[in-house]
Amino acid sequence: MSGNLNLTLKIWRQANRTSIGKFETYKVSNISTDASFLEMLDILNEELQRKNQEPVAFDHDCREGICGACGLVINGRPHGPIKGTTTCQLHMRHFKDGDTIVIEPWRAKAFPVIKDLIVDRSAFEKIQQAGGFVSINTGGVPDANAIPISKEIANIAMDAAACIGCGACVAACKNASAMLFVSAKVSHLAHLPQGKVERFERVEAMVKVMDELGFGSCTNTYACEAECPKEISVRHIAKMNREYFAAKLKARNKD
Amino acid sequence: MGWVTRAISSSLGKKYIMALSGLFLVIYLVIHLFGNTFLYAGKDAFNLYVETLTESSLKPVIRVIEVVLLLGFLIHIYDGIRLTIGNWSARPNRYAVKPANPQSTAASRTMWLTASIVFFFLVVHLQQFWYTYHYGRIPGVTMYDIVVGTFRDPLYSLIYLISVLLLGFHLYHGFQSSFQSLGLNHPKYRSLIVIFGRIYAVVIAVGFASFPIYFYLMGGK
Repeated sequence: MSGNLNLTLKIWRQANRTSIGKFETYKVSNISTDASFLEMLDILNEELQRKNQEPVAFDHDCREGICGACGLVINGRPHGPIKGTTTCQLHMRHFKDGDTIVIEPWRAKAFPVIKDLIVDRSAFEKIQQAGGFVSINTGGVPDANAIPISKEIANIAMDAAACIGCGACVAACKNASAMLFVSAKVSHLAHLPQGKVERFERVEAMVKVMDELGFGSCTNTYACEAECPKEISVRHIAKMNREYFAAKLKARNKD
Repeated sequence: MGWVTRAISSSLGKKYIMALSGLFLVIYLVIHLFGNTFLYAGKDAFNLYVETLTESSLKPVIRVIEVVLLLGFLIHIYDGIRLTIGNWSARPNRYAVKPANPQSTAASRTMWLTASIVFFFLVVHLQQFWYTYHYGRIPGVTMYDIVVGTFRDPLYSLIYLISVLLLGFHLYHGFQSSFQSLGLNHPKYRSLIVIFGRIYAVVIAVGFASFPIYFYLMGGK
């Protein structure tokens, strides 16, 4: 096993929503290369608590890369330097002994900092509540193949459904745009027969709320796709663009 | 008709307008470059081309096209400013570490910057050629004379050269981006759009850049 790591951490500390934050420098030593990034922060927090200092607040839940709770900007990259990985699944073996690591929260007007590295991502919930669902009861488990869906379509829908709503796309985008997230939700449901029924109302409502919440527009830099831990394709953004256009021409409402 | 204004004021609608006006200008640039190549056919050929557009019975048609073209530019610029302001205000607090931006091109991240420089060039360019030809020339001086005289100035030639190269940079991203904004992204033809767009950007940039280089090196003949 390679040697353990001694690291310098520059971490964004901010007491609450309204206070002005700043970077604090911490040293951690003897970190195992097998530790995850969050475990490394746990070790730092234990040390801070031993010294009666306020631990660093950060979001986490499953630590298995599937819940979307964690998310840190590590050296300028959402979820760190490894492609297709959430922060919790990032391991310390990707860092070198003596490294300085800068850790920041997601930065977007629509994602205000609550404390330290935790941001308020309820904006995503509001977008979902506007239409990111199928509004009929699903009932019991249907018979297999009762609703025919081709393998290609099922694959595309599944790729979009892989979105865990972590917000890395917003964090990575130079415009803090939520297009990749919203398009993943729109595209996922628009591809499937159960979701097609409400496709126009859905895309109109979700885009409306997204705009109201102060996310930016899409410049098609595709930085979001590169940083998405689930590697959602920007093809879904094109799909959303088509859906919205079709909605404006075909939806039965007069909005 | 309220739904139309609401639609084009949405974040997606603004991108449709950006893409459509951009593609309109993309087509115009081809025509402009084609017209300019008459410069290489000599003084008489170029002047005949210019006079056919401005002094024959075609003149009213050209005037209408000029107005449409102006509208195309104004819409593209207005929409670009609206988008840029919205995008900047979406992130009031910057990152301490410059974002790595893997996969994104420098052209895609600097659209507002290349656009601003090209806009200032456009004002100078219109004054130098369009205004001078229509309202500021001594009778008998032809468009060819104005072009040759202008490119004798090393400063103007340099500004022209840099601006058209930046325009090419703008188009390098803009061409494929407009198709994505309009939802035209399919594995079947996506790479075709990207490659064609890049070739187009290079042709436009090199094509326009050839004029100041040629005429400056020719020493104004």
